[in-house]
Amino acid sequence: MPSSAPAPSDQDIQAIISDHLGLEGPLLPILHALQHSFGHIPAAAHEPIIKALNISRAELHGVISFYHDFRDNPAGRHVVKICRAEACQAVGADALAQATLDKLGLDWHGTTANGAVTIEPVYCLGLCACGPAAMVDDRVIGRVDEARMQRLLQEAGA
Amino acid sequence: MMKIWVPLDSAAKALGADEVAYALAAAANARGIKVQIIRNGSRGMVWLEPLVEVEINGIRHGFGPAAPDDADDILSGSGAKALGPVEDLDWMRRQTRLTFARCGVIDPLSLDEYQANGGLVGLRRAIAMTGQQVVDEVKTSGLRGRGGAGFPTGIKWQTVHDATAPQKYVVCNADEGDSGTFADRMIIEGDPFSLIEGMAIAGLGVGATRGYVYLRSEYPDAIRVLQQAVRIARNGGLLGPDVLGSGRAFDIEVRVGAGAYVCGEETSLLNSLEGKRGVVRAKPPLPALEGFLGRPTVVNNVISLATVPVIFEKGAQHYADFGLGRSRGTVTLQIAGNVARGGLFETAFGMTLDQAVNDIGGGTASGRPVKAVQVGGPLGAYMPVAKFDTPLGYEELDSQGGLIGHAGLVVFDDTADMLGMARFAMEFCAVESCGKCTPCRIGAVRGVETIDRIAAGDGNAIGLLTDLCDTMRDGSLCALGGFTPYPVMSALTHFPDDFARRKEAAE
Ligand SMILES: Cc1cc2nc3c(=O)[nH]c(=O)nc-3n(C[C@H](O)[C@H](O)[C@H](O)COP(=O)(O)O)c2cc1C
Ligand code: SF4
Ligand code: FES
Repeated sequence: MPSSAPAPSDQDIQAIISDHLGLEGPLLPILHALQHSFGHIPAAAHEPIIKALNISRAELHGVISFYHDFRDNPAGRHVVKICRAEACQAVGADALAQATLDKLGLDWHGTTANGAVTIEPVYCLGLCACGPAAMVDDRVIGRVDEARMQRLLQEAGA
Repeated sequence: MMKIWVPLDSAAKALGADEVAYALAAAANARGIKVQIIRNGSRGMVWLEPLVEVEINGIRHGFGPAAPDDADDILSGSGAKALGPVEDLDWMRRQTRLTFARCGVIDPLSLDEYQANGGLVGLRRAIAMTGQQVVDEVKTSGLRGRGGAGFPTGIKWQTVHDATAPQKYVVCNADEGDSGTFADRMIIEGDPFSLIEGMAIAGLGVGATRGYVYLRSEYPDAIRVLQQAVRIARNGGLLGPDVLGSGRAFDIEVRVGAGAYVCGEETSLLNSLEGKRGVVRAKPPLPALEGFLGRPTVVNNVISLATVPVIFEKGAQHYADFGLGRSRGTVTLQIAGNVARGGLFETAFGMTLDQAVNDIGGGTASGRPVKAVQVGGPLGAYMPVAKFDTPLGYEELDSQGGLIGHAGLVVFDDTADMLGMARFAMEFCAVESCGKCTPCRIGAVRGVETIDRIAAGDGNAIGLLTDLCDTMRDGSLCALGGFTPYPVMSALTHFPDDFARRKEAAE
C-alpha cells in the first residue's frame, strides 16, 4: 500500500492492536491490519505488540520474517505482482517477467526510482487457466503480454 | 426487465468482466432498455470468460468471450459470440456437477437463490440427526480429502467426534497454493454458502461450535465475497448461537494467510492461525486430537467441505455411486496452463488423463504437441503422453508414480524445458521450506546447484540428483520436502533428453 500513507501514531497503533485482542490467535490479524493502514509493519509497533500479546521480541521478529507478505518498509505506491508458478510458465510467464524486470532495470522486490511501483513475484493467483497472470494492488489481470504489462506499468506511473 | 449475468469470478474479472458489466449498463441505458445485471460465479469455462448470459424466453443464453464493444450484440441477443443456451454447451452437458451445481447459476450472495437451488436442505437434514449419524453419512459417501492427501473425511470426523474437550474447531483450509488449481477460489467466489453450510454440518457432526477459514491473501476477491457471505449467513440465522433454529451454535471467522505456501500444510496452517511461524508440527499428535490451540480440530479442504451439503441433500449413496475404485464421487478437475479450453470440469473419478487434456481441454493453446502434464500441483509428477491412459483417481495415479493432489492439471507443449521445470521445483521448495528439516531446507538448495551442474554438462551430477531426491523423500517431515522429488524425478526419468542435450551442447 502507498508510501504516502500517514505516519503511524502511537494511538493508531494501539487502537489497531486493541481491536484484535479478543480474537483467538490475534497476531496475524494485527500484522495485516497494521500493514493495511501503514503499508508496512512500523518498528514503532513492535514494543506494543510484544506487551499486548506477552510474546518475546524474537518471537515477533520470527513471525514477521517468516511470511512473505509482511514488510518492514513501505513498498512503492503500487505493487505489481507477476505469477511465476508452473501454469503461467507454461504460457510464457518467465519471458514476461524477465522483460518487465529488464525494462524497469529492477530485480524482484525492487522499486522504481520514482517510488511508483514495486515488482514482486507471486506463486499462483488462481488464474492458471488464463495466464500469464498478474495483480496490480488488488486488481487481477489475465493473459498478460508485454504490451499489456507496459500499459499497466504506465497507468501505475512507473 | 431483461436479466443479464456477468461473472464476478476473479478469472472473469482478470479478463475484463467488470468493464463488460459497465458497458452493458451504459448501452442498456442509451437504448432505454431496463436490465438487471447479476454478478454470478463462473461456469468454469475460463476460455470463454467473460461469459455473459442473457435470459431469452426463460433460458439463459451465453455470449463469450465478451468485450465491452459487444454490449449492443449482447442486448440484441445475437452476434458472432452468441453461444446458444449455456446448459446445452458440450462442456456443461458432459459434467456431473454436484459440488459446483450452483456455481455460475445463482447470485453467490443471495441466500434466497441458494435455498431455491437445493441449499440448506442438507443442513436441515443434518440438524435432525445425531452427531454420529452425521459422521456415518460422510463415511458412507466415501468422501476423501480433496486437499491432497485423500484421507477419508468421515474417519477424520469420527476422531474429532469421539474426543472430549471444552472446545472443538472446524478449520477450512483455503490456502490453495498449488499452481494449476483454482477450485477453492471459484466455489468461494461463486457459491460461498455451500462452504458455510458444509462447515456448519461438520460442526454439528463433531460437536464444534467455532469455525475458521484460512484463506490465502493472494485471493482478495474471494476474501471479500466470503466475508460478505458470512455476514449474510449470520443475519439469516444460518450461523450464530442458534443455527436454523436448532438450538445449537456454530459461527465462522475468516482469517487471511500471509503468503507462505507451506501454510497449506495443515499443522503449519494451525500454527499460523495461532499467530506463530508457519512451521510444520510433527504428527502425532493428530490435529484431530490436538489441533488449533491444542484442541480437537477438523481440518478440511474447501472442496471437501463444500461437497458435504450435496451429500446430505441427495444422500450419501447417491454420491458414492459415482467414481472409480476407492475414489468415490466427483473430482473437480482444474485444467490449466498451455491448454486450448482451460477451466473447471467436475466429473466422476475415472476419466483418463488423455480425455481430460485432449478431449475436454482440446490440447494445447499453442497448437503444438502436448509434452507433459503436471498433475497435482508443484509437488506432483510430470506425466508424459505415454502415461495418458491413466485414469484420474487416487490409487490409479499413485500406481503410475503420480498423485492427484488438488486435481490441477497443468499442460505444457513441446517447447517446455523439463530440466528448467525440475530446477524450478527445487527452487520453489528452497524458497517455501519452513526450515524444520535439513533434507528439505538444505537439500533443495543443493538440488538447484546440482541441476545447474547437469545443465552445464556434468553428467555425473545426475546420480547425485537422484541420491539427493532419495534423501529428501526419506528424511522430510512433510510433503513439501518429501514430494518435491516427484516433479524432479519424473522430469528426469521421462524426459532424459532435456537433461542430456545440455551435456552434448557443452561437449
Ligand atoms: C506443503 C503442503 C501444502 C499443502 N497445501 C494445501 C492447500 O493449499 N490446501 C489444502 O486443502 N491442503 C493442502 N495440503 C494438505 C493438508 O496438509 C491437509 O492434508 C488437508 O488440508 C486436509 O484436508 P482434506 O482431508 O479435506 O484434504 C498441503 C500439504 C502440504 C504438505
Ligand atoms: S519438509 Fe520442508 S516444509 Fe516440510 S517440515 Fe520439513 S523443512 Fe518444513
Ligand atoms: S500458476 Fe499463475 S495464476 Fe496459477
